[in-house]
Amino acid sequence: MIEVEHLYKSFAGVPVLEDISVTFERGKTNLIIGRSGSGKTVLMKCIVGLHEADQGAVIFDNRNFVGMNFTGRKELRKEIGMMFQGGALFDSLTVEENVIFPLSMFTQMPWDEKRERANVCLKRVNLDNVNKLFPGELSGGMKKRVAIARAIVQNPRYLFCDEPNSGLDPKTALVIDDLISEITHDYSITTVVNTHDMNSVMEIGQKVIFIHQGFKCWEGTREEILDSDNEHLNDFVFASNFAKKIKSLTSKDS
Amino acid sequence: MKTISAFGKYIIFVTRVFSRPEKTKIYLQQTIREIDSLGINSIGIVIVISIFIGAVITLQTRYNLESSWIPLYLIGLTARDTILLEFSSTMVGLILAGKVGSNIASEIGHMRITEQIDALEMMGINSASYLILPKILATMVFNPVLTIISMVVGIFGGWMACIVTGALSSSDYIYGIQYWFIPFYITYALVKTVVYAFIITSVTAFHGYYVQGGALEVGRCSTRGVVYSSILILLADVILTQLMLA
Repeated sequence: MIEVEHLYKSFAGVPVLEDISVTFERGKTNLIIGRSGSGKTVLMKCIVGLHEADQGAVIFDNRNFVGMNFTGRKELRKEIGMMFQGGALFDSLTVEENVIFPLSMFTQMPWDEKRERANVCLKRVNLDNVNKLFPGELSGGMKKRVAIARAIVQNPRYLFCDEPNSGLDPKTALVIDDLISEITHDYSITTVVNTHDMNSVMEIGQKVIFIHQGFKCWEGTREEILDSDNEHLNDFVFASNFAKKIKSLTSKDS
Repeated sequence: MKTISAFGKYIIFVTRVFSRPEKTKIYLQQTIREIDSLGINSIGIVIVISIFIGAVITLQTRYNLESSWIPLYLIGLTARDTILLEFSSTMVGLILAGKVGSNIASEIGHMRITEQIDALEMMGINSASYLILPKILATMVFNPVLTIISMVVGIFGGWMACIVTGALSSSDYIYGIQYWFIPFYITYALVKTVVYAFIITSVTAFHGYYVQGGALEVGRCSTRGVVYSSILILLADVILTQLMLA
């Protein structure tokens, strides 16, 4: 479980996050949604310590990450897997080497064992026969899957995914969503996904928080989104005319 | 104020680079890879430039010393000392700042904008140390080798110029390059090379590491890194010359 308490963050005096408090539950896919520039990526980066929060606490199972020293953070980060928006695979390493990398840095595993573990993870994300390819030779969807494989190779307790579906076609996006959801449940980890893709929200959003202009504006489940009367949330979710029509039809029916 | 702040940021950056490595074996492997990428790959350009500059220094000296009072072997001596004292260390340093420095700044900058550095940090790895320490070690170990290659090839280039143009007899040149040889000049050049290697790698890596934005900013940071490291090389040249030769 990850608890965020009264988190504030500003850049050059401009507030980006204000008083965010939320609990991300274990074994669930927790989604942060919001418009571009609303502060969701900053929130995720504050949670994992890539940005320093101005105020507040981020508690990973009773361990406050904000006040932690360098060594403590380093240890905690070994329990965190993160998938970045573009994959962030190392260009100079092959797919297999990318997945093995965290194991090489932090374990004394023999080479064969590391390869075996990497192959298990690659298989888990439905990738075969790509071990020797470089990231530049992969499609967008494959890169994301390799990034997930690398994120789970050390059996993390927490998984963060920043815009896992950006730049993907709906079908591939669905594959990635299912994968994240399956991994969350199979390994019983705390997963936090940052997205503005409403398909993802409806597919895997067991807990959803909506960020609007740096504030937590709404919190609930995917089912509750449709019935919400939150103006900002409705503006975001039913942005297109098509979605608005569906909303009005469902309202009339009910 | 901005300069002081940047200097402070650079000092913090260098401290992070030199903090204890996560896994020494992997850092050593990386250092060997960097020696190949940054050092061995630079041998070609160093040889080509040194051979031509050695030839030009010899010919320029010959054509500018037209006095019958000056013995011809002094042309060999002048060419040798110019190559040993300045060319093979400082000029080659400036050339490497362009070649190796821009490579480092753009590589690190690209890793920053594509979040590869964030990915390393997220794994609990000190990204500054992991990415940059092997580069610094590799250049500090291998650049002196490049300097020695440049010295040998530069002096050979001068001899070739004498043979091809007939501007000076081979025996005068060879006598000149052996005349009044001061071995400390080699030490002086190698010390300068090691300092320049540190400047080139750390300054350009610093610019790449803190880049923000996209491809355009990576290009700009690469140029800025090369310019700053070149200026610092010249400043270090003055300081080291005063300290070591005065």
